[in-house]
Amino acid sequence: MHDLLKLLEENARYTNSELAAMLDKSEEEVAAAVEAYKKQGVIRGYKAIIDWERIDRDYVSARIELKVTPKRDRGFEELAEQISQYDEVQSLYLMSGGYDLALTVVGESFKDIASFVAYRLAPMESVLSTATHFVLRKYKDKGMILVDPQEDERSVML
Amino acid sequence: MEYQNLFSRTAAALKPSGIRKFFSLAAEMEDVISLGVGEPDFKTPWVIRKAGIDSLDRGRTWYTANSGLAALQQEITRYLDRRFRLEYEPSQVLVTVGGSEAIDLTIRAFVNPGDEVLLPEPSFVAYAAIVELCGGVVVPLVTKAEDDFRLTADALRAAITDKTKLLIFPFPNNPTGGVMRREHLQEIADVLRDTDIMVLSDEIYAELTFGGKQHVSIASVNEDMKARTVLVNGFSKAYAMTGWRLGYVVAPAPVIDVIYKIHQYAIMCAPTTSQYAAIEALRSCDGEIEKMAESYDKRRRLIVGGLNEMGLECFMPGGAFYAFPSIRSTGMASMEFCEKLLEAERVAVVPGDAFGSCGEGYVRICYAYSVEHITEALTRMRRFLKRG
Repeated sequence: MHDLLKLLEENARYTNSELAAMLDKSEEEVAAAVEAYKKQGVIRGYKAIIDWERIDRDYVSARIELKVTPKRDRGFEELAEQISQYDEVQSLYLMSGGYDLALTVVGESFKDIASFVAYRLAPMESVLSTATHFVLRKYKDKGMILVDPQEDERSVML
Repeated sequence: MEYQNLFSRTAAALKPSGIRKFFSLAAEMEDVISLGVGEPDFKTPWVIRKAGIDSLDRGRTWYTANSGLAALQQEITRYLDRRFRLEYEPSQVLVTVGGSEAIDLTIRAFVNPGDEVLLPEPSFVAYAAIVELCGGVVVPLVTKAEDDFRLTADALRAAITDKTKLLIFPFPNNPTGGVMRREHLQEIADVLRDTDIMVLSDEIYAELTFGGKQHVSIASVNEDMKARTVLVNGFSKAYAMTGWRLGYVVAPAPVIDVIYKIHQYAIMCAPTTSQYAAIEALRSCDGEIEKMAESYDKRRRLIVGGLNEMGLECFMPGGAFYAFPSIRSTGMASMEFCEKLLEAERVAVVPGDAFGSCGEGYVRICYAYSVEHITEALTRMRRFLKRG
């Protein structure tokens, strides 16, 4: 049922009956599969994709690259678990290449993010260095193009 | 000027499309959900668009050879072999302005005034018009829902006379979604054997077949069929390239020679930018085709399921991106159904009789729309039927 996951990733609001029709399954089968995926931790949640730039709200996001010293027994896990605890952190990845951890951090102002880096991240024992890159504009997020949607310009053809 | 007296008789006699008025009415209304288009909702895959742009960047803005770019002819032969087990030489390929030009050229190459052209109906509206422009006589072959809208060997056999010149073979079919499997093609081939009838096989929807079953070209059935088949295909539906206007015709060398002459005088060559883009399409987009086809397949099941559930009996189409439900249970004629549905619920679908008189009692519904759009249309249609 990878197809089910692909469809939910495309639009989490498809109803079970729509999903069932598209996948040629019964509604019960779809509901059971979704339940199973949730139990296995495959489906982690459902969220709206919001373009905050269109809303009158102070919002800043940044990518932060961290170089860290891995712990002898637990590698990067311990630090990653700690950093994940902060609500400001939207994503956290272990990377190959020039640095170790990549974070996306959000806040209401540049100051918020600066303080987060200065008071939360930088002092952590295994953090060697941080590099903070502020996001100036989002063009595409979570697979969605954020510029104005195009109208359907197609005309009737036989 | 008294223009009416000046036009050629054949041009003046062409019937204007009966549904134009209906759709201009729909266009003027607000909040209309249209299911009336005949093209993909996908944009052309970016790598293809980029190849077109690159060709412009490099200033490739001249005519190409009349037959098309040699590299494109070559890629087309590779594609036909790879996807449909069809072997042709690049010189047997002529690149055209959409499948439409390929259809026009083929009919003009073969039809004399008085020749009979067999045309399965319901079908795309251009064939009959072009046959009439050539002075040919259209002989409709009715395809039926109970045969899954296939052309049967019996219907074909019964229609053949000594005036029959050409069989138009439009599968997968617009508007019914009917497809022909290998065993059905074999039966058609058996009927045609020992005749002089040529076949115009319009395979523009070849990449859009569903249920894990690949399209089979009638030209691949046997050598006799290959010798009598003029294969028409193009980039519009498979690669979502309708606006690029690019198609091709592939046929035995003596046929291509004659088709070439008409193309050379009428068109010169297909658009250069589109040809460069098409080379990229054939080289790198098999995966894209499959992704798009998969997406249509899901929407096909959604819409056909929804139509059957609300009591509009609908055959499960095997190809293209149309559903063709019967609306007889409503007691309305096709046009009346469409007008009332538009007025009451602002949903625009195409009356089936626009595709030949045997399409009466049906409507064509395109499902190349987003799932949300389809779901909303189905909700409105359900409400319309309940109200009666």
